[in-house]
Amino acid sequence: MKRRTFLLGAAGTAGALVVGWSLLPPRQRLTTAQPLAVREAQAALNGWVKVAADNSVTVVMCKSEMGQGVYTGLAMLLAEELDADWAQVRIEQSPIDKIYNNLASVVDGLPFHPDDDGAVKRVAGWLTAKSMREIGVMMTGGSSSIKDLWLPMREAGASARAMLIGAAAEQWKLPPGECRAEAGKVLHASGKSASFGELAMLASRQPLPGKLSLKDPARFKLLGQPLRRIEAAAKIDGTARFGMDVLPPGLLHASVTMCPTLGGKTMRFDGAAAAKLPGVKKVIAVEGYNGGTGGVAVIADTPFHAMRALKLVSVEWDHGALAGVSSEDIYRHLAQTLDRETGFGYYSQGDVDAALKSAAKTISAEYRAPYLAHAAMEPMNCTVQFKDGAATVWASTQVPDMARSAAAKVLGIAPEKVDVQVQLLGGGFGRRLESDFVAQAAAIAREAGGAPVQTLWSREQDMTHDFYRPACVSRFKAGFDAAGNLTAWHNSSAGQAIVPQVLQRSFGLPGAGPDKTAAEGAFDQPYEWPNARIGHEIVDLPVPVGFWRSVGHSHQAFFKESFIDEAATAAGKDPVAFRAALLARHPRHQRVLKRAAELAGWGQALPPAADGAKRARGVALHQSFGSVVAQVAEVSLAPDKRIRVHRVVCVIDCGFPVNPNLIRQQMESGIVFGLSAALYGEINIVKGQVQQSNYHDFPALRIDACPLIETDIIPSREHPEGVGEPGTPPIAPAVANALFALTGQRLRALPLKLA
Amino acid sequence: MQILKINGKAVEVHAEPDTPLLWVLRGELQMTGTKFGCGMALCGVCTVHLGGEPVRSCITPISAVGARDITTIEGLQGSAAETLKAAWTAQDVVQCGYCQSGQLMSALALLKKNPDPSDADIDAAMAGNICRCGTYPRIRAAIHQAAGKKIA
Repeated sequence: MKRRTFLLGAAGTAGALVVGWSLLPPRQRLTTAQPLAVREAQAALNGWVKVAADNSVTVVMCKSEMGQGVYTGLAMLLAEELDADWAQVRIEQSPIDKIYNNLASVVDGLPFHPDDDGAVKRVAGWLTAKSMREIGVMMTGGSSSIKDLWLPMREAGASARAMLIGAAAEQWKLPPGECRAEAGKVLHASGKSASFGELAMLASRQPLPGKLSLKDPARFKLLGQPLRRIEAAAKIDGTARFGMDVLPPGLLHASVTMCPTLGGKTMRFDGAAAAKLPGVKKVIAVEGYNGGTGGVAVIADTPFHAMRALKLVSVEWDHGALAGVSSEDIYRHLAQTLDRETGFGYYSQGDVDAALKSAAKTISAEYRAPYLAHAAMEPMNCTVQFKDGAATVWASTQVPDMARSAAAKVLGIAPEKVDVQVQLLGGGFGRRLESDFVAQAAAIAREAGGAPVQTLWSREQDMTHDFYRPACVSRFKAGFDAAGNLTAWHNSSAGQAIVPQVLQRSFGLPGAGPDKTAAEGAFDQPYEWPNARIGHEIVDLPVPVGFWRSVGHSHQAFFKESFIDEAATAAGKDPVAFRAALLARHPRHQRVLKRAAELAGWGQALPPAADGAKRARGVALHQSFGSVVAQVAEVSLAPDKRIRVHRVVCVIDCGFPVNPNLIRQQMESGIVFGLSAALYGEINIVKGQVQQSNYHDFPALRIDACPLIETDIIPSREHPEGVGEPGTPPIAPAVANALFALTGQRLRALPLKLA
Repeated sequence: MQILKINGKAVEVHAEPDTPLLWVLRGELQMTGTKFGCGMALCGVCTVHLGGEPVRSCITPISAVGARDITTIEGLQGSAAETLKAAWTAQDVVQCGYCQSGQLMSALALLKKNPDPSDADIDAAMAGNICRCGTYPRIRAAIHQAAGKKIA
């Protein structure tokens, strides 16, 4: 009951506001409040697409491209239904408008088990989607873009196609029903033909179609095809523009140093020596905004002048609330919490206490995972020009309207006075869901007398002032009957919650209640435990925590998939067979697991590595963001005992595979990202200060440690699900389980370190 | 004032001699294809060619450049470079793309020295270039393809 009470409460964040609203169908996401800007000889046919006389079809892109391939995948949705010529498709970043608010990710954030399709879940999902349309945010994240826009962007394409056909029919004085669109043209059986470009202006004066029909998947020409990335050329010839590549005339540059203690601020500083250096315009203190840390900034004519001068600034810090906080104390505190609490119950089945009591055998274990930095290749940066009461913000951001609000608040102007220009992201991984760096850049630009200022963080500032993947401790107990069948599964974890912190720092709202993202990966999984209780206890700590690719799944998958391997061992059963036996009513998951085992040669002898070292396999199965992924990793140890991962077989069921090439890319990407964390990733905090500062002490996987990756995609006609994150969670447990098979050592902490 | 020879052109620059080449390229010359990642030669996103050798421009002061030719991503031309770029396109290597200028500069330097590199040669030559998106398997495939190997 407790869970349901909370849920209605959460949905009710909106509850007070939703009276009198009706649920808008996807097509009401068709047109923006303000007409889209168009260039000469170009017409906007709705809020998602413009067609120009030169036959270009410009997809208005409301999501941020951070490597996940969203420009390509989403453009395909629209181009398919429009019957556009793919070669004519261009991408342009959208303005901020409610039709672009992300509904899917918010509904996914509700703490329901995927198998629970009951009335409460439906009502909560409905209320949330409805309210988020009004109060929600434009957001790229949560592996939600295709899921969110599967209907709206196809409907936008279909609507534009109907208007182009309507225009041709009007011109030709023929019934629209006799005309059809194909590869950027409207055609009629009589041989008449007009290009989209010729029809664009007339089409824009057609009424929005009252009724739309979407294609039967059997007629898809683009969807399902492994198209290459639409923006690749610019990323190969160096012309792609990332956040730090914007060059407005008169651009100044700022470099910042923030209090080494997270959340601290500047007490006093001496910038006199710095101010005397060439090129330096100003030395100023900056507050910590949107959950960030206070510091000092130097504004100069070039980036190097700003950086060099910053070294001469001496600062006396107020270290603040985190000065006494260290990660070792936090681990101890989390473990002690689990001595007292079993956490808020996210899932329960049967009577786990009785089942444990009557079990013929029980096992238990404690796992832990550290804080992690995002370490995107493009360090945090933002360019702002504040002039005549209005601002332009050029930012690599996953949340343009939150970035706009953050800048507007700092500058003391209305959000409508801030124009946000979203640039390509040199990696996001969740770090660019935060707006601390945007607000800071606005505060710095405020001091520049109307000139645009690019604020760029050093790698050291970036790594020591992140919003970290929360550390977590998790305890398990499992019970078995005399035949070795699993009868009880008890799991409690403790760690910080992200959502309450985000609500506080982004909206000033007090965050409360259970946070699905803290327990996801532990409770929302397909295994059919006869008796189970899965809980998570939120421990409130001042360490800034944030969304890190796959969020709760990133560590909960490691805990759960490692402990289920322990359970298989305790039961004396094969890890694949043991899992399959717990998935009797989940054929989709079984198929993914068995396919991975088959492709990896599970059960067959594994030849040694090239240097003669013994190899072993490990498996993991995990569901996240709607997709099911199984991975089998093959590992060996180098002569110096370094862990080597040779090959990873990855199988995904993500519903209808919109673009198999992009899905493969994301599996490769998720695996490499997850391997960095599994093998090396650890942020240590001592007295509130992050000890790692650059890629030497927070390493990322390099090419010489990268395994061979083979991805197989299960064919499906189901609704498409996420692919940006689901590749990450299974890799750490797959490797840990392989290491157990190889060495007999069960590694229960990340990063994986053999004794 | 100093004259640098960048992508075949003599360019006058006014930055102080201790200024890293990266910041002259990105700042004064507004050539933003070369990226900043770590400032310590740890990640390789700032890789350019100096006298044909791959160097990390973030730690190379312009005083150390001398008369040597500088080649950046903007100047990546010629048949070897075009073959490499075509392979990058065919394998659809890029994801976020931020590290790719550096990857391409390192890959071209490798192929000029070793026209038919093994996986181990590729790993050794490319290990200085980090990609957080994990494009490594496709980088390997693209380099093999550029070297004329058949790609499955």
